[in-house]
Amino acid sequence: MKPDPNTPRNRSLLRLAAAMAPILLLLILLPTFVETYQIQLVTYGLIAAIAALGFNLLLGYTGLLSFGHSAYFGIGAYTVAFVVQHLGPHSMEFYILIGIPVVAIVSALFGYICVRHTRIFFGILTLAISQVVYSLVLKLYWVTGGSDGLRVPRPALLLGLLNFSGPRAFQQFITSYYYYVLAIFVVCVVLMWVVVHSPFGKALQAIRDNEVRARFLGLSIRRFRWISFLVSGTFTGLAGILWVPLNGLTTPDVLYWTFSGEIVFSALLGGFRNFTGPIVGGIVFTYLKTYAVATTEYWQLLLGVVLVTLVLVLPTGIVGGLSMLGLRLSKGRS
Amino acid sequence: MALLKTVNLRKQFGETRACDGVNFVVNKGEFLSLVGSNGAGKTTLVNLISAHLQPDSGQILFDDRDITFTTVTDRIKAGIVRSFQIVNLFDGLSVFDNVALSIFSRDGKAVQMAALADHDYDVRREAIEVLGEFGLTNKIEVPAGGLAQGERKLLDVAVAYALRPRLLFLDEPTSGVSTHEKAQIMDTVSSVVRRGMVTAVVIEHDMDVVFRYSDRIVMMHEGSFLADGTPDEIRANKGVASILLGAPLAS
Repeated sequence: MKPDPNTPRNRSLLRLAAAMAPILLLLILLPTFVETYQIQLVTYGLIAAIAALGFNLLLGYTGLLSFGHSAYFGIGAYTVAFVVQHLGPHSMEFYILIGIPVVAIVSALFGYICVRHTRIFFGILTLAISQVVYSLVLKLYWVTGGSDGLRVPRPALLLGLLNFSGPRAFQQFITSYYYYVLAIFVVCVVLMWVVVHSPFGKALQAIRDNEVRARFLGLSIRRFRWISFLVSGTFTGLAGILWVPLNGLTTPDVLYWTFSGEIVFSALLGGFRNFTGPIVGGIVFTYLKTYAVATTEYWQLLLGVVLVTLVLVLPTGIVGGLSMLGLRLSKGRS
Repeated sequence: MALLKTVNLRKQFGETRACDGVNFVVNKGEFLSLVGSNGAGKTTLVNLISAHLQPDSGQILFDDRDITFTTVTDRIKAGIVRSFQIVNLFDGLSVFDNVALSIFSRDGKAVQMAALADHDYDVRREAIEVLGEFGLTNKIEVPAGGLAQGERKLLDVAVAYALRPRLLFLDEPTSGVSTHEKAQIMDTVSSVVRRGMVTAVVIEHDMDVVFRYSDRIVMMHEGSFLADGTPDEIRANKGVASILLGAPLAS
């Protein structure tokens, strides 16, 4: 079927690919010119980006601010830890295969409860539920290890093709795992891009903009919000699954509400009105926090100052600010 | 032939009888105007028929089928669609997406997650055709929030029309625009609706517009029907004239 000549040409896919290509090339070549520590940091950043990307389907595209996304990240991480403790193979693919359905089911369950409300009520509900999970994990220490958490050793990658032992095991694992996460990150970005540009994604934005009218187009609002929640939670859960072998340990910290706050912070930092905003935000936040923690014991204060400045000066985030700057420059030229 | 019938429809808000036993009939293919002063119950009646409100008592029949207790979604599926008095658009989405979404929803495609919306050429062609009918072709890529008031009014109707209704309610499609634009909007809307053979009910205050475009006019006052007839009959009705001029009703 040929497109109508009058139709708006869809250049956004090409634009995404064009923007991604040099960055992707840089990321692929990165391990050849930086040390292991930096690779590790970027890996954390990519994982945070996946978490924020998932989170932003709810905030940016559905108009629902979740303050409980730590729950899905944490449940992803703990699921892997439980698999390590109780089930067989130390294989990353196995962790993912078990972890994704678990976080999807949990997201579906919690989401079903939360999407009955919107605005602040939604936010409080998500927060409350995540704190229930946090308390449970903290108290059921004979299962979860309590505040000590659970250890997760380095898994084998690619169905056991890559095993890590010997004196340089750590470096080898970090480099391999970096590529592993990078590949999954790219898949996640493409998947999420398709979701937000699908009819479903458009319907979410319509519901965000005008719930009443959306209902009078015959859209069942609550079901759309629910599915959005499910997809969002699953992405963030996948980030938790990927995070735990890199960290080697999961503690209840990742379930605590401050961690949800960090995900919100990441999305704001990058700009929640842009597709790429939360990706940039996740990576930048990882660096920001790492260096803030390394520089001062009052690192939370430092992050607070950044957040306040951000809200006052750059409400559309880094990506929003940059695209505005680009627009102004291109206007100035013509 | 009656497409829609309400039987003794009642809705009360506190002491106010917004709909006081209304027997409303809409015939297939007509362009009907619902008139009356503010608070006469016009919007309430439309709200009841579109399931935006539940009636206290009475019945709503569509195609001789009782739909009194069906949901908004059921009624849209049956073909009862409405637009809103205050423009109700998806301001963050483009003009094109606003209309395309109606088509996706109507065809049950809105749940598709693994397909790109812009690559559905059937929907795209239809959306562009609809936008063409409403004279919005050159605004396709503009966000709905960036349109002028008159264009927003037209897009609002286009979004409703793209659902391919059998019965279309338009709640003041020309409110808030200049007299000149009013005529333009009504010309466009009435010709699209007639060409599409859609039965339409328009709530309108401007009597010039009403007399010019309607096949039939129904006049409401304090929750019930005061007059019902062709433009000529209504024009000749003394009671209607006194209400429209704001004079007390001589009994």
